[in-house]
Amino acid sequence: MKTFLTTTALIALALPALAEIRIGASISATGPAAFLGDPQHKTLEMLVEDLNAKGGINGEQIVLVAYDDGGDPNKARTFATRLVEDDEVVAIIGGTTTGTTMSILAVTEEAQIPFISLAGAIDIVKPVKPFTFKTPHTDRMACQKIFEDMQKNGITRIGMISGTDGFGASMQAQCKDVAPDYGIEIIADETYDPKDADMTAQLTKIKGTEGVQAILNPGFGQGPSIVTRNVRQLAIDLPFYQSHGVASDGFIELAGAEAAEGVRLPGTALLVAGLLAADDPQKPVVDAYKAMFEAKTGTPVSTFGGYAHDAFLILTDAMARAGSTEPAAVRDAIEATAGLAGTTGIYTFSPEDHLGLDLSAFRMLEIQGGKWTLVE
Amino acid sequence: MSELLQFLLSGVTVGAVYALVALGFTIIYNASDVVNFAQGEFVMLGGMITVMTYLAGAPLPLAALVAVVATAALGVAMNKLAIEPARGAPVVSLVIITIGVSIFIRGAAQLVFGKQIHTFPAFSGDDPIRIMGATILPQSLWVIAGSVAVFIGLWLFFTRTLLGRAVLATSNNRLAAQLVGINTPFVMTLSFAMSAGIGALAGVLVTPITMTSYDVGLAFALKGFAAAMLGGMGNPKGALVGGFLLGVLEGLTAGYISSQYKDAAAFIVILAVLFFMPQGLFGSKSTDRV
Repeated sequence: MKTFLTTTALIALALPALAEIRIGASISATGPAAFLGDPQHKTLEMLVEDLNAKGGINGEQIVLVAYDDGGDPNKARTFATRLVEDDEVVAIIGGTTTGTTMSILAVTEEAQIPFISLAGAIDIVKPVKPFTFKTPHTDRMACQKIFEDMQKNGITRIGMISGTDGFGASMQAQCKDVAPDYGIEIIADETYDPKDADMTAQLTKIKGTEGVQAILNPGFGQGPSIVTRNVRQLAIDLPFYQSHGVASDGFIELAGAEAAEGVRLPGTALLVAGLLAADDPQKPVVDAYKAMFEAKTGTPVSTFGGYAHDAFLILTDAMARAGSTEPAAVRDAIEATAGLAGTTGIYTFSPEDHLGLDLSAFRMLEIQGGKWTLVE
Repeated sequence: MSELLQFLLSGVTVGAVYALVALGFTIIYNASDVVNFAQGEFVMLGGMITVMTYLAGAPLPLAALVAVVATAALGVAMNKLAIEPARGAPVVSLVIITIGVSIFIRGAAQLVFGKQIHTFPAFSGDDPIRIMGATILPQSLWVIAGSVAVFIGLWLFFTRTLLGRAVLATSNNRLAAQLVGINTPFVMTLSFAMSAGIGALAGVLVTPITMTSYDVGLAFALKGFAAAMLGGMGNPKGALVGGFLLGVLEGLTAGYISSQYKDAAAFIVILAVLFFMPQGLFGSKSTDRV
């Protein structure tokens, strides 16, 4: 009897291993980047559960091994090593921040395992690394989209006010770099600490600069909301652009509908799901993800959770096409991805392009009456 | 002219926040020489509990009251559970315990309140008040009024009431205070309740301006601590002046030099002041009698 029990137990333990795909994740579900990582973690868990219920990939169930790196690159490196060596995963999704992504990337490139990052910096995929991909558009693309819109409106001289956090500083540098391409001159360049309570001093300086035609605020967290309120407080009557870092309903709520009126920013289709045309190729995937996430968590979807959704979609799509989980085959399949509609944009990868998105992934949005509207 | 005024008003807005946080440091410091690094967490709790109670449907004044009382109770719990058991430990150990408490509160707040940024409506609307071409938000006046009121309250408490003097006596010499009949454990409990309450009040007043999330406490504590050091630790007048001075310095630097050097300029001034006046602007010289 006893032997029988042990044997059954052994079989029960051994069975799942026969047909399962182990996918690893190291995400910043807590810590300073929790705002980004928390919806990503929830998204991955939800999608794995959903796909398994639908029969998995080619009949094989998926096992998600997820770690919380708390935004710490050292921890991310440790977890990436553990995922590769102990958990024996076939691919890794994660790296909520650029810092953690760089740590994971070092490990996965060495182990030659496909890795899809959820972080913004262009350095992740430029130069192209054989096994590293990423889903979010870059901050450089956000700058380009904004400048494109400014160009259309005849704006050539602008003032910038940027957060000194990683996001704000990186986008500030990229915007300054790319501005000349659009004939735009940055004639005032101010910064603020992400935890500052008041930015009227910086804005007064911008307001007082001769010839400023518009203001751009790359930033993340509560800073941009305070800047938006201060712009209204000072009655600055210039076109005001925010970045994709605050592309969420929370921003309108925090800044107040009145202060946010007329603010423009580049956002993804996910944010304006209800406004998409019926024949928009992204509409089905955006609607499905939004409905599933909001039913599951009771919180509104965010662009950041969408990055994780797209990473999972790209990976599972490639595995299904490759018909195997062998790293090189999966990598080749990801590179062959063409016209795959995700929540962030439509992905077309190639061996030379591991970002897969172009400027069309961004939609120029404007806040009107406390609601997002599409700018045509 | 209107530019200078706007820089000053920006500085005053920020300075009032610093001053209010700095004032919270004084009581515990006066009772026990301990710099309570969980003070910023009290500010966060004040804002967060108000938000949650307000969202649950309570009117704003009631939500604010709940936040202040609940945070004061937490302050008492902190004293009973973390500080009192280590009564005999040197001041440095107690300061480190307060850092531990602050990390604990931040972690717990993350679990209880979530990671989102929150705010609630300003008390008197968002329409800026114009003064000679410059503007200030009505909520900033609330913060300024709050810091002045707390300052006057504390000043009266420490100089005019028996209890306030008992707090000072406890800090001066705990044994001697006990010998003359001061209930020192009660004084400690009271000082934590008051400090936490003032911190929470600060949180209630500043949240419509700064917004709040589980991790805002550390930034508040650092700037408030810097303001208190500048003015003289333990002196309510020092906290008030230090806070406003720090804010105005930041505003002027951002306006006339560069916003990149705003924090650096403020800290250089603090270092310079402490170099020549180690006790801060209004700190009393400590004398050790043998």
